[in-house]
Amino acid sequence: MNILVFVKRVPDTESKIKISQETTSIVEEGLNFVLSPYDEYAMEEALRIRESKGGKVVAVAVGRDESLVILKKCLAMGADEAVLVKDPLPESYDGLRTARIIARLVQAKFPDAKLLIFGKQSVGADNSQVPSMVAEFLGIGQANVVVKLEVEGETATALREVEGAQEKVSLTFPAVVSAQKGLNEPRYETLKGIMMARKKEIPIVTIEELGLKPDELASRVAIVRMDLPPSRQAGRVVTGPPEETARQLADYLHNEAKVI
Amino acid sequence: MILTYIETRDNKIKKASLEALSEAGRMARELKTEATAVVVGTGKDGLATELSSYGASKIYLLENAALDQYSTQDYAAALADLVKKSSPSAVFFSATSMGKDLSPRLAARLGVGAASDCTQVAAKDGQLEFTRPIFAGKALLTFRLTSSPQVVSLRPNVFPLAPAAAAGETIKEGVEVPASPAGARVTEILQERGGEMDVTEADIVISGGRGMKGPENFRLLQEISELIPRSAVGASRSAVDSGWIGHQHQVGQTGKTVSPNLYLAFGISGAIQHLAGMSSSKVIVAVNKDPDASIFKLADFGVVGDLFQVIPPLKEELKKLRC
Repeated sequence: MNILVFVKRVPDTESKIKISQETTSIVEEGLNFVLSPYDEYAMEEALRIRESKGGKVVAVAVGRDESLVILKKCLAMGADEAVLVKDPLPESYDGLRTARIIARLVQAKFPDAKLLIFGKQSVGADNSQVPSMVAEFLGIGQANVVVKLEVEGETATALREVEGAQEKVSLTFPAVVSAQKGLNEPRYETLKGIMMARKKEIPIVTIEELGLKPDELASRVAIVRMDLPPSRQAGRVVTGPPEETARQLADYLHNEAKVI
Repeated sequence: MILTYIETRDNKIKKASLEALSEAGRMARELKTEATAVVVGTGKDGLATELSSYGASKIYLLENAALDQYSTQDYAAALADLVKKSSPSAVFFSATSMGKDLSPRLAARLGVGAASDCTQVAAKDGQLEFTRPIFAGKALLTFRLTSSPQVVSLRPNVFPLAPAAAAGETIKEGVEVPASPAGARVTEILQERGGEMDVTEADIVISGGRGMKGPENFRLLQEISELIPRSAVGASRSAVDSGWIGHQHQVGQTGKTVSPNLYLAFGISGAIQHLAGMSSSKVIVAVNKDPDASIFKLADFGVVGDLFQVIPPLKEELKKLRC
């Protein structure tokens, strides 16, 4: 069974974000970039399915050359192959564009892929658009925000997280799944894995090769501006005997903030 | 026309959908057009009155028993057909689990861009302008969509409800559902403990961090939650990663982003990835024994003290307020 895992390079979650008003983008200098956390769950799930059912795992990134680093990490975790779709455009925050590129790649290069696994969102753009859009472009089923996946022949059962409950989704392959925290515990790369990854070539596919029309590659998102969130002021801080501070807190909530 | 997708559970309209309809109404007035609503599935006639009281001039009922159970593919196809027939300029969703699953699929089917999880919408020069948090709220992106219709999802708990009388004409639309089964279908809904409220939907979130010291102590937060209607228990990443509470409770950059009326943080130091997920809360209160904890830099009210000593008298105070 051939599984594709789609991964993205993002600033780690401890990063402090700065904005360049000139380019209306975040300042990348000084940031530590990692494999997006939810994509790690996607990678791990693909490896586990391969280990129990056989097949091949291919990691795919869409982005600039810098994304080769996270593809190397995927190889070191155990992916059989990795592919970079070279996209010279900086982050467009437009899921439609990325989804078109991915759908075309799948049709052109991986028509036999059974399972396409994504992180439920990239940490950064936070759009949660691409998995659903790819599924629509390919005309296949989807289960997003999945915390449990059981593969059985040509079908799978996924548990997807919804508000205060889980939906059981029955999938027929090929299908799209997006991974949520809790799906599994991602493995660390082994030294052997890192050595093997070094030797592996990562083929590069260009956007031109995929034959997308200029209109299909145009971003539907026209950025007006980017801002830092309004900063909050530190409020009152009290200290003293617990009975007294608890009373002050309740008084604040009820009489001042009027939230209770 | 701005069309709002209305989500129901057990035949009740989700509050988040009414928030989206309220915002659609506000934008429709500014753009001098009308707000309409769509409900999918059978037996939904009874919901029309409530929808018209939130400003829906027309209510489309997409009736087909095959759509009584949710399927992203079939729902997206049914909505796309309605969009082609009724030509709205925008389709609003609430960014609930269903809204996040369905709205991008509809956008792709229509070949248009989508604005996800917006926290602000404005009408400028006859066009919609969207603001949404990126990097879990560490930055805000303001943008327009250059394609039409505009598919938009709005973050729950951010947009105020706005009751407004409207005609509320009910229009039943027959829907074709393909005979071949969709590639994915929801077969069952498993409720968590009594279907407790999700942190993204709660008006008040009571969160615990490393300072809770162990899984058994989250019971204390549960007890506070039981005293406060529409509240839910949240947690920091370190509490979740220690296995003290399920990840569905996690607030922060690899958890959920919340904007409740009140966020109560117990024993949470305030790591940057946690603050990203809750700093848009309307009121923030922190209890921590470390006076230098970063959470105090953004808390509206802070208590420096041992949470295990503060919680019991606080519960007594809250009980008094309830009476």
